[in-house]
Amino acid sequence: MDNAAIHARLQARFGEVIGALEPGGEAAIRVRPSAMSAVGEFLRSDPELAFDCLSNQSGVDYPKRGEIEVVYHVFSYRHRHACVLKAAVPRDEPTMPTMAAIWPTAIWQEREIFDLLGVVFDGHPDLRRLLLPEDWVGHPLRKDFVEPEEYHGISTKRASMF
Amino acid sequence: MSLDGFTVDVVRERGLATEEMTLNMGPQHPSTHGVLRFVVKADGEVMREAIPDVGYLHRSIEKIAEKVGYHGFMPYTDRVDYVAAMPCNQGWAMVCERLAGIEVPRRGEYCRVIATEFNRISSHLLSVGSMAMDIGAYTPFTHALREREHINNLLEELCGARLTYNYMKIGGVTWDLPPGFAAKAIGFLDRFEPLIDEYDALISYNKIYVERLANVAVISAEDAIAYNLTGPNLRGSGVDFDLRRDLPYSIYPELEFDIPVGRGEVGTVGDCFDRYIVRMREMRQSCRMLRQCFERIPDGPVVAKVPRKFKPAVGEVYVRVESARGDMGWYCVSDGTEYPYRVKIRTGSFTAISVVDRVSRGLMIADLVAVVASLDLVAPEIDR
Repeated sequence: MDNAAIHARLQARFGEVIGALEPGGEAAIRVRPSAMSAVGEFLRSDPELAFDCLSNQSGVDYPKRGEIEVVYHVFSYRHRHACVLKAAVPRDEPTMPTMAAIWPTAIWQEREIFDLLGVVFDGHPDLRRLLLPEDWVGHPLRKDFVEPEEYHGISTKRASMF
Repeated sequence: MSLDGFTVDVVRERGLATEEMTLNMGPQHPSTHGVLRFVVKADGEVMREAIPDVGYLHRSIEKIAEKVGYHGFMPYTDRVDYVAAMPCNQGWAMVCERLAGIEVPRRGEYCRVIATEFNRISSHLLSVGSMAMDIGAYTPFTHALREREHINNLLEELCGARLTYNYMKIGGVTWDLPPGFAAKAIGFLDRFEPLIDEYDALISYNKIYVERLANVAVISAEDAIAYNLTGPNLRGSGVDFDLRRDLPYSIYPELEFDIPVGRGEVGTVGDCFDRYIVRMREMRQSCRMLRQCFERIPDGPVVAKVPRKFKPAVGEVYVRVESARGDMGWYCVSDGTEYPYRVKIRTGSFTAISVVDRVSRGLMIADLVAVVASLDLVAPEIDR
């Protein structure tokens, strides 16, 4: 199935929570965040879509729009087709349902997004920081992140060699 | 160590109190292949859980990408996976080329595939060699590294570096093949191919080795897909999928090669042995591809004209390349400036480590070493 067909199938099933198809070659389907877990379950279990693999999950910060976009690249090993889903959550309250029960690979991917962008995934079994230390303040992949001057007395600045 | 019909039964004397023990494996452990830590809860020798703790090698490469620009990011991609840096180079180059609609010259594509397949062999050699060493056989490691040195020499001749190559650039590759390279490379392949049989004789079907790997940490095809395992780990679970054949890029559609898949020949499909043997067989296929490349490589330029000031249009791409650790996903958002707005690298090791806890429960502590080695985890690739 191509992107338009996948989009039409989702829209027929879910109606208005599925937004318009973004133009462009790698067209993305916009989904309302609160509906994401139902959409994900349908994507995986529907025999014609059969998206059995969450190939990549990532987040992008858009401070001008006041949103963080969580991007899902899903792939079907059965049908060898792919699609992109995007769910935008507000920056000041970035909460959305987890995909961990649908695609277990999301357990770690979502931990990384939580760590680096601060998106909270409701219902996640183990939402802890993944790459940064537990006591780190802030989320570095946000565009307005400012590097702290020091961490536990270790300076993050270095005098110029010249 | 799960011998057939052998179950671990802890017999306790009455009145003797026992308790679960928490063990710390890593971050500086010889078998964790980099700086990687596991917190193991063990009942005697049997693991109840093994929680991976990562982040020791986090260098925020994705954040760096936002600061250094498209051209400037290429050397950093080497550091994503330093054991197989060529596919990382290729992934980033393909991202930029697809964003800007650049066509790579044919000879450039051949150079890329030659470099990548050599790198795949060297990465697999390190993987199978260190796997044998982790399990207790030292000799195969020295043999594997001996051959890897020759590949390093060849790649050094090609691009001047032995580990972090920075060989590819947007639009092609930095250097053409040096004079006499093809003859040397084919000489290496002539010598190396029979050596794979020698490795098989030395270690692959060695009884002790097989006993340590067969039926250990079986990952079903459904689990492999659900946890997004990639590359040899996925194929070891019996899933016949390789990006080079199924979602082809570069010149792979023109090459003939087979995709080795785990068949459970000494145990169950998806056990440690299957993941190991898939790598051994992939090296043979890479040799086959390399021979075809050297036969067919056309003359011409190796790099397309790319402006120094690289400014792709607004848009985004998701590129998948088959690295030595499988499907590597590169997601890049461009906002039309000289700097990428967001880069996300989803690597094979990252998804592979997330399955460790699931498969290691109930295994013995010594098996964790086999699991980690068979998944071919490279710590910097997990953390980036």
